[in-house]
Amino acid sequence: MIRFVIRRLLQLVPVVVVVVSATFFMLRAVPGGPFTQEKAVAPEVQRNLEAYYGLDQPLWKQYATYWSRLVRGDLGYSMKYSNRTVNEIVADKLPTSLELGAWALLVALGLGLPLGVLAAIRPNTWLDYLCTGIGLFGICVPPIVLGPVLSLVFGIGLHWFDVSGWDYADDRVLPAATLGLAYAAYIMRLTRGGMLEVLHLDYIRTARAKGAGEGRVVFRHALRGGLLPVVTYLGPAIAGILTGSFIIETLFQIPGLGREFIGSTTARDYPLIMGLVLLYTVFVVGMNLVADIVQVWMNPRLRFE
Amino acid sequence: MTEAPAIFVPEAVESGASLWSDAWHRLQRNRLAVASAVVLVLLTIACLVGPLLSHQTYRDQNLSLGATAPSLGHWCGTDTLGRDLFVRILVGARLSLGIGVCATVVALVIGVSYGAVAGYFGGRLDSFMMRVVDIIYALPFTLFVILLTVLFGRSLVLLFAAIGAVEWLTMARIVRAQIQSLRRAEFVDAARTMGFGTPRILFRHMLPNILGPIIVYTTLTIPAVMLIEAALSFLGLGVQIPMSSWGTLIKEGAEKMEEFWWLLVFPGALFSLTLFSLNLLGDGLRDALDVRASKD
Repeated sequence: MIRFVIRRLLQLVPVVVVVVSATFFMLRAVPGGPFTQEKAVAPEVQRNLEAYYGLDQPLWKQYATYWSRLVRGDLGYSMKYSNRTVNEIVADKLPTSLELGAWALLVALGLGLPLGVLAAIRPNTWLDYLCTGIGLFGICVPPIVLGPVLSLVFGIGLHWFDVSGWDYADDRVLPAATLGLAYAAYIMRLTRGGMLEVLHLDYIRTARAKGAGEGRVVFRHALRGGLLPVVTYLGPAIAGILTGSFIIETLFQIPGLGREFIGSTTARDYPLIMGLVLLYTVFVVGMNLVADIVQVWMNPRLRFE
Repeated sequence: MTEAPAIFVPEAVESGASLWSDAWHRLQRNRLAVASAVVLVLLTIACLVGPLLSHQTYRDQNLSLGATAPSLGHWCGTDTLGRDLFVRILVGARLSLGIGVCATVVALVIGVSYGAVAGYFGGRLDSFMMRVVDIIYALPFTLFVILLTVLFGRSLVLLFAAIGAVEWLTMARIVRAQIQSLRRAEFVDAARTMGFGTPRILFRHMLPNILGPIIVYTTLTIPAVMLIEAALSFLGLGVQIPMSSWGTLIKEGAEKMEEFWWLLVFPGALFSLTLFSLNLLGDGLRDALDVRASKD
């Protein structure tokens, strides 16, 4: 187990190297820089700015400098916000994105798991069809449609919530619902499929034959095997929920990292772009690793591989 | 249900039912899938022919008219510049569906060739190629698509390429697994014995045998691609005005929904209906072709 974790952690290294290099050279390969599009900056000012941020150095030197800082955990100074480091911006905005993600995850799991289990233990009943319908709805009504519709109905129509901002507790409701519902639908489908498959297996029949009650069969015996597909999905999904909220943050005007990323790309804020891409990558790869470990823990057959 | 075999079985016996005609009959019996196919065909015809029949084009402005609610003259109303929303939705459908199909073709070509090569040759080449896929899989690719579209201008061609480059990975995995399982099949040995070259064996003999999973996954990739396009356009990074795609229309609708609800409701509803149809058709094809979802 420990060897497995170490091996997987080592695999992080090439991913990080590829991401840092690809982003670095891609950004530099494109004409224009952070200070060329600003209106009417005098040439000498621009030269000073570029010298200050080391942009006048040869490319390989900039690359080396970036790595030497990165190894020490320093993501450099933002070029858009003067006198702020990327580390500070991340520390400032990340909690908001994480909180939004956590609420959305609560919605996704809180709806997806129970509905999926219910649909699986009562297949081909109205309950099953209702759950499948909700599942399809979640997959076919994407956040860019669901978000505006929810704010139209509950914000503008019923005045229950504000349609933008992140100041009060009930500002969390609409964004979390929008982001969470899409994932809830998928989790429900996977749970239903996984549970249906497991409930037909021999060991479930054995458990029933030994007189285990229905509740015990479902929760003690079937759930562990039936949730395996969900766990595989959850790794990337959690990473996606916690980080990929560009649309939700733009839509509801939430001051999180997703909106910061969109802003940083249009402003060509090299250090900020690189820092955020790197952060997201580590997050995605890390969550995949956790999902793999949990999977091995839940499925003894995998331990031998 | 009981009369269906009575109709199909005698025919099937006479003609020696092939896998494909079997699948075709199974698909026909799936009402939801058939309805979805009809919706998609109608939509395609409407978006190709519809705008030609209208007296307004998608960019004809009528500022004195402004935004009007749906009426007989303008079925879906007009936007704030007095442009007919119905025509704009149909023209938007061309772009959204077009990008969906084109980027899927890009993903299909890359994914199938990559997966076929890795699966057929196996060994070290295979593990190297699949390692690469694993690494790319782990990247937060939405970020890169956003980055690409911002940096390299907002050309549509680039949008296709970027989205296609994201979506080929799963296809490569599926094809590789299928080819690998066919590698030792007798008909492949037979083809090899007859002295056929590798490309011929791969593309003439093996690929036709795994068309089922490829078709199913292609159908399910189109909605995924359309979602990416819509999301990018929604963020203002995709299709640019005055062109319209469903993403830009929904963005516009979301900005103005407080006063003009129809600007959001019609494009949103049609987008959802299309995603719904594509997903149901994909599911129907999976059942009809008896494909089990497999990723490794």
